[in-house]
Amino acid sequence: MSDSPVILHDTSEAAGHAHGGEHPSYLRHHFESVEQQADTTNFAMWLFLLTEVMFFGGLFTAYLIYRNWYYPAFVAASHQLNIVWGTANTGVLISSSFTMAMGVWCSETKRKSGLVLCLVLTFILGLLFLGIKTIEYSEKIEKHHVPGFHYSLQSFLDPDSDEAAKAAGDKPLPLDVARHTEIYFSLYFAMTGMHALHMIIGIAILGFMIFRARAGAYTTGHYTFVENFGLYWHFVDIIWIFLFPLLYLISRHQ
Amino acid sequence: MSEQTQHQASHPASHGAQAHHITSPIIYVVIFITLLIFTGITVGASYIEMGVWNPVVALAIGVVKASLVVLFFMGVKYSTRLTMLTVGAGIFTFLALISMTLADYISRAWGLW
Repeated sequence: MSDSPVILHDTSEAAGHAHGGEHPSYLRHHFESVEQQADTTNFAMWLFLLTEVMFFGGLFTAYLIYRNWYYPAFVAASHQLNIVWGTANTGVLISSSFTMAMGVWCSETKRKSGLVLCLVLTFILGLLFLGIKTIEYSEKIEKHHVPGFHYSLQSFLDPDSDEAAKAAGDKPLPLDVARHTEIYFSLYFAMTGMHALHMIIGIAILGFMIFRARAGAYTTGHYTFVENFGLYWHFVDIIWIFLFPLLYLISRHQ
Repeated sequence: MSEQTQHQASHPASHGAQAHHITSPIIYVVIFITLLIFTGITVGASYIEMGVWNPVVALAIGVVKASLVVLFFMGVKYSTRLTMLTVGAGIFTFLALISMTLADYISRAWGLW
């Protein structure tokens, strides 16, 4: 900042601002350039996402260990998940990541109406994901597969009484083995619940961003907020990319 | 780093210009379709009996999908070295923690629960 040609005998206030009006208003004074400001914010966002990786990593590790310990119970319990809803939700979430990426592009290239459209689509797809999740959760509630006092072992002790268990060809589990299905559902609700909480937070921020975007806030060349929110949204997508096979798919055949 | 010096054509190298790579929508569309195809593959693979390989295949496809998201949707492929190093450090730390935890369980209480 100091190497600009400042005319020393100029006593007017403008001398303090050697760059003339060249600074965009969104450049904070403690940064040297817009580029440095953007890189710094981006770095901070990644550090936050790393703490999130560690957080979800703990849940994934718990799932890995318990699945190996209580394998037959985890296989039978995962047969209760609906693969069609799971696949549909994966498609919905990948689509929302795509619309978010397009939103970042619109912001970078200063397309205001395009950005608003992309954010609205991402918002709707996020809600659609939660809607499908609600259908799945209500199935679990109806069957008393929510861990707690009202947890029911019936689907696992008597698989013929349960459509999903029957379709998967499950054999009746002994009581001590069947009891461990509750651990599967504890992890299922912890993992998908934390994921859904991240979606809810993301959707709330998206709602705020839609209003700001309509006012033209992100199409001035300052797109850091949209870009970093995109990182968050894609991160939530990545969590689901691993949750989906681990919870729904890998026990189809045992 | 050539990417870093790419300025938008509409911006001369003034102070206001962000030296920033803008990923083309064509790449986003290609990645989007690839992710959907891989989702189909992973669902299809789960219906094939592969024994112990079912989870391995499912996780391998998951890693490929996650890598595509990180590299292109999250733009790490076109980012600064600092970002690449940060992401790499995160993956390394995660793998280190998970292997240490598993090493502990396998070497002590495995089979004794």
